[in-house]
Amino acid sequence: MDMRRVEIMVGVFVVIGFAAMIALALKISSINRLTADSTYRVYAKFDNIGGLKVRSPIKVSGVVVGRVADISLDQQSLTAVVEMAISVDYRQFPLDTSAKINTAGLLGEQYIALSPGGEDDVIRDGDSLTETQSALVLEELIGKYLFADKKPE
Amino acid sequence: MTAGFGLTTYLRQLGADTLDMVATSGRAGMLLGRALVGSYNVRRGFILLIKQLYVVGVLSLAIIIVSGLFIGMVLGLQGYTILVKYGADASLGPMVALSLVRELGPVVAALLFAGRAGSALTAEIGLMKATEQLSGMEMMAVDPLHRIIAPRLWAGLIALPLLTAIFNVVGVYGGYLVGVEWLGADSGGFWSAMQSAVDFHDDIINGVIKSMVFAFVVTWIAVFRGYDCVPTSEGIARATTQTVVHSSLAVLGLDFVLTALMFGEIG
Repeated sequence: MDMRRVEIMVGVFVVIGFAAMIALALKISSINRLTADSTYRVYAKFDNIGGLKVRSPIKVSGVVVGRVADISLDQQSLTAVVEMAISVDYRQFPLDTSAKINTAGLLGEQYIALSPGGEDDVIRDGDSLTETQSALVLEELIGKYLFADKKPE
Repeated sequence: MTAGFGLTTYLRQLGADTLDMVATSGRAGMLLGRALVGSYNVRRGFILLIKQLYVVGVLSLAIIIVSGLFIGMVLGLQGYTILVKYGADASLGPMVALSLVRELGPVVAALLFAGRAGSALTAEIGLMKATEQLSGMEMMAVDPLHRIIAPRLWAGLIALPLLTAIFNVVGVYGGYLVGVEWLGADSGGFWSAMQSAVDFHDDIINGVIKSMVFAFVVTWIAVFRGYDCVPTSEGIARATTQTVVHSSLAVLGLDFVLTALMFGEIG
């Protein structure tokens, strides 16, 4: 067989293959995920985080501004501490910003919604949010309605 | 001792089979070691590699693209009709992409590769052995392991991961075609939900690692079965069958092990 043609075809094959790999990286996954050096850390304590996971999104008015970096349990207060990595592009959150765990749709994934307050001072790396609202646990809610008329106490 | 006779026969058969298995894996290991280690003529080897890349890679493109397209289309169709019942058709993108990238892409591409390229490798090498081309090379002081086996091994190792990537991309577009263009799922939701659900390291890289492992196993089995076959027409036929059966089983078994290792802890 003509070696030139074979070589050209192999070249085309390799180019298509690598293009597919790049497409997988860029189009199908999102490689421009927020990296550690372009984020700052903010902490928040929640009584109940529900189904929140590491890498769950953090949204302000529905816009993703960061991701959950770590979830741990505070040994003293025995409440969940969520470490949030927020992109340095968004630095203008007031100190009295409140955090709330919401659910996308009825059965969707859980995320943290931040609602900015009105103070002049902005949050910095390492600050903690004081105003938080826990996740809505569906079972508790259903339980409240189911047993509403029985009221043991 | 009448019962003992039957037992001894079975034991002997078991022993012979075990010895045969150990000897076969030893020969397979020797083949791999001697084909990959040793001095190469880089320029000559490169030309041989290009030729083999054409045979196992370029000639497998058609079946990979067509299968990828149809598998993606079926995923789009099935996924949409089920997900839309629960109002979760926004999850169509992640479903199509994750099932392709994590499982179906590497596995189906490897199975097709075993059928399309692996069987051809076995038959080709087996026929070379039957027509004594391999012994002819040895006579001319050309090591058939370097001249014949090594380029085919490397070509398989390079070609299958690339074919898998092509399979995945074509499959995702197949799912997009059916789910979004024909059935009416939301286009923006399809891509954005996919991008936020598919992680580059956890999903894409692990998929590529899977396809590399499969490429190695399938090509190794194919060249070994050809090189080790009984040099008759019947022997070549058996070796070709064994290639497809053994590499399919190896791919499916290894896929479970790799999945358990890679995605096992994710809750």
